[in-house]
Amino acid sequence: MSQSTKNYYLPGPSFWPLIASISLFLLAGGFTMVLNKISMGTPLMIAGAVSLTYLLFGWFKEVIGESVSKFYNKQVDLSFRWGMGWFIFSEVMFFFGFFGALFYARNVSVPWLADAKLLWPDFVAGWPTSGPGLTEAFTAMGPLGLPAINTLILLTSGVTLTWAHWGLMKDKRTQLKIGLALTVLLGAIFLYLQMHEYAEAGFTIKTGIYGATFYMLTGFHGLHVTMGAIMLSIILFRVMKGHFNSHDHFGFEAVAWYWHFVDVVWLFLFIFVYWL
Amino acid sequence: MSTSTAAHHDDHGHDSHGHPTGIMRWVKSTNHKDIGTMYLWFSFTMFLFAGAMAMGIRAELFQPGLQFVQPETFNQLTTLHGLIMIFGAIMPAFVGFANWQVPLMIGAPDMAFPRLNNMSFWLLIPAAILLVASIFVPGGAVAGGWTMYPPLSVQAGMSMDMSIFALHILGVSSIVGSINIITTIFNMRAPGMTLMKMPMFVWTWLITAYLLIAAMPVLAGALTMLITDRHFGTTFFNAAGGGDPVLFQHVFWFFGHPEVYIMILPAFGILSTIIPTFARKPLFGYASMVYATAAIAVLSFVVWAHHMFTTGMPVAGQLFFMYSTMLISVPTGVKVFNWLATMWKGSMTFETPMLFSIAVVFLFTIGGLTGLVCAILPVDIQLQDTYYVVAHFHYVLFSGAAMSIMGGVYYWLPKWTGHMYDETLGKWHFWTTTIAFNVTFFPMHFTGLAGMPRRIPDYSQQFAEFNMISSVGAFALGISQLLFLYVVIKCIRGGEKATNQVWEGAHGLEWTVASPAPFHTFETPPQVK
Repeated sequence: MSQSTKNYYLPGPSFWPLIASISLFLLAGGFTMVLNKISMGTPLMIAGAVSLTYLLFGWFKEVIGESVSKFYNKQVDLSFRWGMGWFIFSEVMFFFGFFGALFYARNVSVPWLADAKLLWPDFVAGWPTSGPGLTEAFTAMGPLGLPAINTLILLTSGVTLTWAHWGLMKDKRTQLKIGLALTVLLGAIFLYLQMHEYAEAGFTIKTGIYGATFYMLTGFHGLHVTMGAIMLSIILFRVMKGHFNSHDHFGFEAVAWYWHFVDVVWLFLFIFVYWL
Repeated sequence: MSTSTAAHHDDHGHDSHGHPTGIMRWVKSTNHKDIGTMYLWFSFTMFLFAGAMAMGIRAELFQPGLQFVQPETFNQLTTLHGLIMIFGAIMPAFVGFANWQVPLMIGAPDMAFPRLNNMSFWLLIPAAILLVASIFVPGGAVAGGWTMYPPLSVQAGMSMDMSIFALHILGVSSIVGSINIITTIFNMRAPGMTLMKMPMFVWTWLITAYLLIAAMPVLAGALTMLITDRHFGTTFFNAAGGGDPVLFQHVFWFFGHPEVYIMILPAFGILSTIIPTFARKPLFGYASMVYATAAIAVLSFVVWAHHMFTTGMPVAGQLFFMYSTMLISVPTGVKVFNWLATMWKGSMTFETPMLFSIAVVFLFTIGGLTGLVCAILPVDIQLQDTYYVVAHFHYVLFSGAAMSIMGGVYYWLPKWTGHMYDETLGKWHFWTTTIAFNVTFFPMHFTGLAGMPRRIPDYSQQFAEFNMISSVGAFALGISQLLFLYVVIKCIRGGEKATNQVWEGAHGLEWTVASPAPFHTFETPPQVK
């Protein structure tokens, strides 16, 4: 980190916060209308998505510009570390809520439904289940096959990312670029296989509590992999432009932390959603 | 300290800070003081708006029978009153205090992420628009209570979607704001300001920020499940699909109980700041206060099911949640006794902030004790969803949180505006508020114990007298807040010039800068001994 700036960098007035507010308003309002079949909804949502994309690229471009202009001192760098760390913690808590729902369904609500002989006396507890009210047969997703391959892919992507990090630390730029590109590629393959798995699955999100927990947990994880892959691509783009060096690369590290977090979530998914 | 040189120093070193004037000063702000001011005004606007809804509720309940509103409208009033008071009035007010005071108290030049700070504020606006606009959509506003329990919330109309997204946006705002506060406190303290030298208000906000970061994402998850149950055919809260409506209550209250401490811990911080000032003694038991705050925060995550004693839990679960809930009274008691010990043999004076603080210690303790009553399982089964609960949480939320906010506003107003407020009118505001509050809510203990259910627009003749008293008190309470507005505006427009220290017994970095606090403070960190 450059020591040329003594004071903590305080940005001047900025329009980005207002654009963030307008984007989310358009997205939320538009989505409400889409859900309630009001035709205005779709254009509003598109406007919101466009504005949000513009916001993310514009704001991050500004921050990256400040970073490469050496406006940030060590203390600012530390702020970004604290910020990213606790952001990931909030994500952990988000997944915690959904895993909690899964454990509650498996260990509490489904056994209770089987014990209560009032409405559905023939219902037997078990997992996976689509509940007593939905009777169509379905085939559950096992851990072998695609899920196992996907686990291997994500774990490998963690290794390639660390290998890229080593390259960065030792100023081996080629190793850094290859490592990053491999990580993005593995992320993309993971997403492709995940979509394939969805297409082949013998049940839908409407298949009772099993379908609901399966698709919400894996779906939100997939969304995070997508975000992570986009972030990694931007880091790769920045590396190509010559950003980052062995002692100043928190942008890289932040995305790496995020990627490893997404990895760990997958391991829990693999164990509790696919396997047990 | 080198702070006076920072006054009105617009174009310095590393970046052009010539801040825009007019509305752009606020829209594009990256200044913690301006953003704090916006938070406080937003909060006060929402306070009056949701307060007006409470007036509607009390007008209907003035007499038995249906007078003014239909039952559906009544349900919308209670629901929106709760949602807006919690997410629009109380929480933003505390964030406003955090914005103004935390950087000043720890000697930081601003918050760690000034732009994100402004984003946290501006996200409140779309959320408020969604909540308020939901009144006008077909089917009317949400009417299932602020807790949004399924199956009602799954069946409700479009306004439920608007409220869910409003809460999602508020969640983003809170999480971003909390990350900002945590980072500021850990990374921006002036040299020498060790953790155990931090003002108590900073400590309580640090712990509150952790509660927010841990609880808000869980609420987001619960709301997301609600949305998919409503529109995408999932069965999280539908027994026919193997789900359970009670699951929502578990996830919701896992957020909801920390949420009530999110609304009271910063109030404890304000009290712990005001009471030593006017008792002219240091806070008694500073370290125990810090540990008690942390203990309350940890316990708040293991007590949630006491909101659900009547849902049919196994007895072991009920007992666990009963005892863990009662355990919270230990650290809370530590706090109350510390405040009393701080006042003990102090040279006390009774300016408006001190009057509010003493009233909060007294009235919050009543609310805490009725909370203990509600924690007792067999008693709670009788009291669930009666007016006793309404009395309990208004004693902790109004005479705990809201009155601490009022005390805090009077306490720091001279620092913010540079003028002393009108002490006589401030005292009038205090006494009318305190008396009217008790006239409103104390009788609810009796109606609740006698079995009057909440959230119902009509009631049996036997509750008529107490309800009439409550309604009279409520209208007096509402009108008193207009006096508050007047005192604040009068203080902004002029008044006796405030000194830097403002209060004789006030100590801390914020009292070393000029009054009003200059636009930029502590650009060169002060040394704390």
